[in-house]
Amino acid sequence: MNQQELNNKLQEIKDKLIAVEQKADNRVELVCEAENSVAVNRFLLADVGARFVIATGIDAEDCFEVIYHYSYDGTGCVINIKALIRDRQNPSIESITPLVTAAEWIEREIHDILGIDFANHPNLKRLILNDDWPEGVYPLRKDVSAADAKEAQK
Amino acid sequence: MSDNTRKSVLAVGPFHPLQEEMEFFQLTVDGETVTDIDVRISYNHRGIEKISESLQFDQIPYLVSRICGICSASHPLAYVQAVEEVAGITPPDRARFVRTIINELERIHSHLLWVGLAGHFIGYDTVFMWAWKYREPVLDLLEAITGNRNNYGNVRVGGCREDVPDELIPKIEKELDIIEKKTEMLTKAILDDPVLHARLKGVGILTRQDALDYAVVGPTARGSGVGIDVRRDDAYAAYGELDWDVITQTEGDVFSKAVVRLLETFESIKMVREAIRKLPGGPIAVEVKQIPPGEGVGRAEAPRGETFHYIRSDGGNRPVRHKVRAPSFVNVPSFKASCIGQNIADVTLTLAAVDPCYSCTERIAVVDSHNKLTHDYNSLLQLSRQKTQRIQNELGWAGLKLEDKEIG
Repeated sequence: MNQQELNNKLQEIKDKLIAVEQKADNRVELVCEAENSVAVNRFLLADVGARFVIATGIDAEDCFEVIYHYSYDGTGCVINIKALIRDRQNPSIESITPLVTAAEWIEREIHDILGIDFANHPNLKRLILNDDWPEGVYPLRKDVSAADAKEAQK
Repeated sequence: MSDNTRKSVLAVGPFHPLQEEMEFFQLTVDGETVTDIDVRISYNHRGIEKISESLQFDQIPYLVSRICGICSASHPLAYVQAVEEVAGITPPDRARFVRTIINELERIHSHLLWVGLAGHFIGYDTVFMWAWKYREPVLDLLEAITGNRNNYGNVRVGGCREDVPDELIPKIEKELDIIEKKTEMLTKAILDDPVLHARLKGVGILTRQDALDYAVVGPTARGSGVGIDVRRDDAYAAYGELDWDVITQTEGDVFSKAVVRLLETFESIKMVREAIRKLPGGPIAVEVKQIPPGEGVGRAEAPRGETFHYIRSDGGNRPVRHKVRAPSFVNVPSFKASCIGQNIADVTLTLAAVDPCYSCTERIAVVDSHNKLTHDYNSLLQLSRQKTQRIQNELGWAGLKLEDKEIG
């Protein structure tokens, strides 16, 4: 698949997306609601054959975002799936670990530092935070300063 | 061993101070065979991503070069490429070549470091001492260019901090000739050694399918027949203008990973030579005024695999989010696939084959159910070396033949 064919292929999942943004020649972003994230991830893994790189969790103030980064190594294209989690009180999204083993650690990490729940994750134990870290303090949220995080560690 | 009270646990870790993450491997063993593995990380979580949100864009290269002392060229490079993508900046030609030279010198020293340590683990201390001896001039070259042996911090948004001085070029070329000959000798000695074949082949196999499932990168992936390399796939710096090959092996065992690293060292030497020959003139950096709002990703092939940075800017002078993924974050979980079913004597080597970091093995300990220490690091090292010795005796092999003649 060359880049043009890849771009055409990505149109197939369009009905699950809010937007498709072509950021550069080989940088594509697919924006979707949290409930469609598994379908879009499955499409990239199974139908496109992209390689899972990592995911980024972001506290975007009006919502939480989980960005799944994929690489299509045939063209060096980075495809980002930006899943928007609108519920700020109980942020939750379906886990993609059952689809791709490599996502296990990063979902645990995002769960630790942003407090996003990954439903159906096979092993949602702490990865980053200490065992004695207080419940409910999520250090990467914008309302937690570096000083707060240090305090929580005491 | 269904009786839980007699289940033995092999604890590897947790201290691991040289790497971006400390690691604790809890191996369940049945006799001498590993039956399960549990990994815990983050004993030395430094909150780099959070700290980064409080620093200005031009300060962050110094922060991220400290993520890992060994990969201190690739992290800043991936970071500045992400910022350059946000801001639409193209660094000058000379900067792209200088970045390539620094990153390939880093790969040469890192791969030689690995070869030496792998030799140490199996009782080939000659390999250890020699590989490290040949690595030393590479660090001297890096120091001559950047001012530091490690933590070079030589890139900045829009270019490089320090140039490769013209008067240093003859010295670099001379050192490369010497390193190439020495590495050739080392490679030939290792690849021709029947004991090493017997000791490393079929050990710690990561199958191609497992490599894909765990999405591993770098020599760990390329040793299992997954030919990915962002230097070629998503060419950055000057890699697209150089003539080089991606090295792959298909077996997925420790031997394959060793072969990949050794052969890659030659590719890196070739690349540095060509980059020096083609080094264009001109400035090494462009002026950067403001980083506009937006998102960008930067990737660089570190010695251990793809380093990935994601940056989001809101138009201020600090990023609102900076995500860092070091290659070991995806390589380490693959131990689950490569260690189970292995002999304890092979575990140190299998863990080392991924090239995470070695300090952890100083803390290796085997305890039984009453927490009584049965094996410590030294006795495990002993086990590994005894196995090598046993194979040597069976083969009637005198040992590695190394000739260290001075090369003019």
